[in-house]
Amino acid sequence: MNPVKTYGTERDVRPSAGKRRRWSRFKQDGELSLLFLPGFLYLLIFAYIPMAGIVVAFKNFKVNLGVFRSEWVGFANFEFLFTTELAYRIVRNTILYSLSYMTVTMACALALAILMSELSRRWLKVHQTVLFLPFFLSWVIVSYITDTMLDHQSGFLNSMLEWFGMEPRMWYFENDAWPLLLNLVNLWKGIGFQTLIFYAGMMGIDYTYYEAAKIDGASKLQMAMKITIPLLAPIISVLIILSVANMFRGDFGLHYFIPRDSGMVYATTDIIDTFVFRALRSMGDVAMAAAVGLFQSVVGLVMVVLANFVIRKVNEENSLW
Amino acid sequence: MARAIINGIFALISLCMFLPFVLVITSSLSAEQSIIANGYQYIPEQWSTEGYATVFKSPAILLRAYGVTAFITVAGTALSLLLTAMTAYVLSRKDYKFGRLATFYVFFTMLFSGGLVPFYILMTQYLHLKDNILAIILPSLLNVFYVMIMRSYMLKIPFEMIESAKMDGAGEFRIFFRMVLPLSTPGLATLGLMISFNYWNEWFNALLFLENQSLAPLQLLLQRMIRNIEFLTSNSDFVSQFGMEVAIADLPKYNVRMAMAILAAGPMMFVFPFFQRYFVAGLTIGSLKG
Repeated sequence: MNPVKTYGTERDVRPSAGKRRRWSRFKQDGELSLLFLPGFLYLLIFAYIPMAGIVVAFKNFKVNLGVFRSEWVGFANFEFLFTTELAYRIVRNTILYSLSYMTVTMACALALAILMSELSRRWLKVHQTVLFLPFFLSWVIVSYITDTMLDHQSGFLNSMLEWFGMEPRMWYFENDAWPLLLNLVNLWKGIGFQTLIFYAGMMGIDYTYYEAAKIDGASKLQMAMKITIPLLAPIISVLIILSVANMFRGDFGLHYFIPRDSGMVYATTDIIDTFVFRALRSMGDVAMAAAVGLFQSVVGLVMVVLANFVIRKVNEENSLW
Repeated sequence: MARAIINGIFALISLCMFLPFVLVITSSLSAEQSIIANGYQYIPEQWSTEGYATVFKSPAILLRAYGVTAFITVAGTALSLLLTAMTAYVLSRKDYKFGRLATFYVFFTMLFSGGLVPFYILMTQYLHLKDNILAIILPSLLNVFYVMIMRSYMLKIPFEMIESAKMDGAGEFRIFFRMVLPLSTPGLATLGLMISFNYWNEWFNALLFLENQSLAPLQLLLQRMIRNIEFLTSNSDFVSQFGMEVAIADLPKYNVRMAMAILAAGPMMFVFPFFQRYFVAGLTIGSLKG
């Protein structure tokens, strides 16, 4: 019995203790509901009402008629989308970029985190700060930085190419360089954060494992492969679920600002998000943008559920729910 | 030996991470002619502070954008923290009658969303927030991921404390504001930092909803600047057809652009190293549990 409770007046002294308790329970739930109310209303307006708004995808949306009075057209928006080359292109780009960002960043970050544990404390701080710095810049600022590198006339990259006696290139007009460029920029901006996550996870590993391995004569590489990576598996799997779930949600900022929204390179830079934005803002094709958006949300939902299911089969503890 | 190699590898990587910044800094301090003649250079032929001088000659636009950014950062972070903490607290209370329902209600929004278009229509057609500063504050007030972090933080507050406060006659509001919030200060600080960085760097909603020039936060101002220059320079034939050569001559020069970028990103970059350790601490706590 909790000693505090025995001092409680309402429980022992008052005759109507049961009624009072029910009343206080009711009051408590009421007050908590009141605390929850702002969040409830916020999500209702900004998350749930837009969910209902997906009907736009099945309508011929006219701004002056609004969502409800616009004419129903069934799946016409989807039909139009999937009969063009466009759907194939943006879906392919979105998935391929997501996959390559995920694997490249994860592999590099894991390697760096393992190497990081060999650094002295002082250097660790310095390198962590430098690696982490780009993570806090907006894509707009990053686009200024990439511009100093890629600009046709003044960019540093072209100066370098010329210095080596090669032809300068028109980066913003050429398709084939972008898969590499976007991967590099993404790696540059994101590596610090993921390295830190892995490093933080490694700090939680019991030191005695390594001592025992050392006594058994294990090399550093063996320790990394047999101790560190298996023990980081929970973190790795959470990161994989999250990125698989977001596979259909590309990074709009990266794909919009870094190639400067250049129409010449849409073939290799355009993803679902940039397409939806353009359809909505520049082409004014609201209904089609909504159709793509709905497609994206539904596939996203399926991906999360699927990813979670697979992870749960492998190891129950690592799943999200 | 192995240690020297690892130190070398890290020195090289850090250099690769850092050098792009240096190029922006040296370009902002270059004379315009040397950029035109040689491109952006790490060691420009001719140094000059002309870029900064030009920006400071008419600082009104930049200051205005700073003002807008400062306002959305402060107001947005304060409101967002309060809303996040309130929501997270209710979800952390295991004895709340509608706890499971509320948890599902909140977390479902992470799984499914209407997408950009319904959100855009809601904001412009129904809430009429186009060209309204609220359009950049409201959409990111409640991040469900942050609610999750805050909730697991609050779950660590011993329930006995809450119960004993109730025995002493404190209502739920009092418990929340007087006890739970102060006890969550470290968590609030970490989240507050992340949220304020997000608001400082906000451009997406600004890009979508703000057309009025005077409302533009820093990031949008920078985006518009680089956008206009691009259009005019890459279509110079097209532009000159309409006798607009004067406009091109008046464009912000290379060094001015880079000076603007430095001035906009600068404060964050100076502040960042001081706060970085809190992030690291916050992350460490977060991932140890996972």
